[in-house]
Amino acid sequence: MCSWQGLDSAVTDANAQLDAIIAAHQGREGPLLPILHEVQRAFGCIPEDAIRHIAHALNLSRAEVSGVVGFYHDFRRAPEPLPVIKLCRAEACQARGSDALARWAEEAAAGRVAIETVYCLGLCSVGPSAMVGSEVHARLDPAALDQLIERAA
Amino acid sequence: MRLFVSDDAAAVACGADAVAARADALGAEVVRTSSWGLHWLEPLVEIETDDGRIGYGPVAAADVDALLAGELEQRRIGDIASHPFIRRQTRLTFARAGRTRPLSLDDYAATGGWAGLEQARAIGPEAIVQQVTTSGLRGRGGAGFPAGIKWETARRAAGPRKYIVCNADEGDSGTFADRMLMEGDPFCLIEGMAIAGLAVGADKGFVYIRSEYPHAIAKMEAAVRLCAHLVAPFEIEVRVGAGAYVCGEETSLLNSLEGKRGEVRVKPPLPAIEGLFGRPTVVNNVLTLAAVPWILANGGPAYADFGSGRSRGTMPVQLAGNIRHAGLFETAFGLTLGELVHDIGGGTASGRPVKAVQVGGPLGAYFPPSLFDTVLDYEAFAARDGLVGHAGIVVFDDTVDMARQARFAFEFCAAESCGKCTPCRLGSVRGYETMARVLAGEDAAANLALIEELCETMTFGSLCALGGLTPYPVLSAIRHFPEDFAR
Repeated sequence: MCSWQGLDSAVTDANAQLDAIIAAHQGREGPLLPILHEVQRAFGCIPEDAIRHIAHALNLSRAEVSGVVGFYHDFRRAPEPLPVIKLCRAEACQARGSDALARWAEEAAAGRVAIETVYCLGLCSVGPSAMVGSEVHARLDPAALDQLIERAA
Repeated sequence: MRLFVSDDAAAVACGADAVAARADALGAEVVRTSSWGLHWLEPLVEIETDDGRIGYGPVAAADVDALLAGELEQRRIGDIASHPFIRRQTRLTFARAGRTRPLSLDDYAATGGWAGLEQARAIGPEAIVQQVTTSGLRGRGGAGFPAGIKWETARRAAGPRKYIVCNADEGDSGTFADRMLMEGDPFCLIEGMAIAGLAVGADKGFVYIRSEYPHAIAKMEAAVRLCAHLVAPFEIEVRVGAGAYVCGEETSLLNSLEGKRGEVRVKPPLPAIEGLFGRPTVVNNVLTLAAVPWILANGGPAYADFGSGRSRGTMPVQLAGNIRHAGLFETAFGLTLGELVHDIGGGTASGRPVKAVQVGGPLGAYFPPSLFDTVLDYEAFAARDGLVGHAGIVVFDDTVDMARQARFAFEFCAAESCGKCTPCRLGSVRGYETMARVLAGEDAAANLALIEELCETMTFGSLCALGGLTPYPVLSAIRHFPEDFAR
């Protein structure tokens, strides 16, 4: 579980940052997803403490906020310890050999990089494709993928 | 020397940024434009000459020195506007593709931008809806529902506050036209939304973009800021999804916008009457809204002049997967699947025979070459137990195993089900398990019979298209490729 509890000063800083994020979005219609996105950008995950805090600020129950966090693939409750490469495994990339490429990627990554499955990056005309952060890569073959993995690791 | 290089994500993913950087370092003036949609040639570089722009592609960063020295003639494509792939298209929605700078208000205005909005302001709500109805425009997201009827319903609905919601949660594999439009011509979408706002009396719009599209998000956010004064008092906010395919379904998208789990709502009430925050809401796909400026500027009847049967206007077809000429092909409805795959797409990229094409995303049917006479038209596809959907065409060569594709359809549904209804939530998992047994050669006939029954339950018992249409790829694979299931 991702948490900032520990040092008192760290808790104060994190709470202040969280308050600022909530304040920036609270006036918007339907503020929860924008808040969660920004919390994850700031902390690398949605910490349990943040869920309590956000629920209180938006007058929601913790279960409601937790349910939203759990519903969406993007939100994590714990930070991802490894660098992540998102490899598209949807049909258009399958047609260009992404299944074999995924097996190759797992071996090449050897536990140093997390190879995550994503269903479609909208690069279906130039697959197989992958995303690292917000960087996109297309026409991947084992050699190009090796390079991506070595750079990320 | 002046060069044109696209900054579309597909071009960037193929190395366009490195190409642009190298050209810049060599002293060339680099203009970043939208993509023409000839993706097999990306990164495509056009050089300005006395005879117009001359295209070269694909160009890698390592080729740029030779290109500028005039030594890359083997990659010379020539004038892109007169390339057969472009000349055979009817580009109404993508008229600016490849030609303009996406975030240039000057380029937009110089190519007819805002003419539709101006016309809309002049004629007023009832006449706007009339034009859209006359055009025959149907929802381009997949459902094909007449846009005019949806707008009229929202226009007549009472309420001081109404919304326009643009569904930019383009999750279907094989589709990328929404992404290209947002990255290449964002003002066109904004103009369409502003017209919709005028038509139904809404002053607020949301663009809900999937998080897998960071380039589109950045472009739309910038464009919204740049033209806020031109569409005021209409206001637009860009919202980012969080990795849930089902949020492309309009009611789960509305829940997501409200900050809830993206679960499907039961209809009725229709969103046009009771949508976002319970208020009248028009939910339209990117391509539906982006078609509207042209319709207003040129008139509904002019749009309706294109097309086939009850499918009027043009459809930006996306040629994807294992296809030689992959990219965007906007055409009036009426071409056959075979023309699109072979004549225009050039067959497979691998050079092997085409075995199957999936049309309309992960919920669309697989078609064998024997059905390539099917005409691109909502009704013609429905008549063959398929769907046009968002018009993504994914080509597979003869190495594909259709039983695995059928299993994947269930796997995808299980991963993306919102969990609200049982046929989808449980049916997908049981379907996956049963198809795995077929793949393992365990009593294929009995298990396939079970799958047929399960598909019937999913078709008729699911709340939305995810569970309701997953049987399409499954049953079409079984029906058209029985040899792959006899194991």
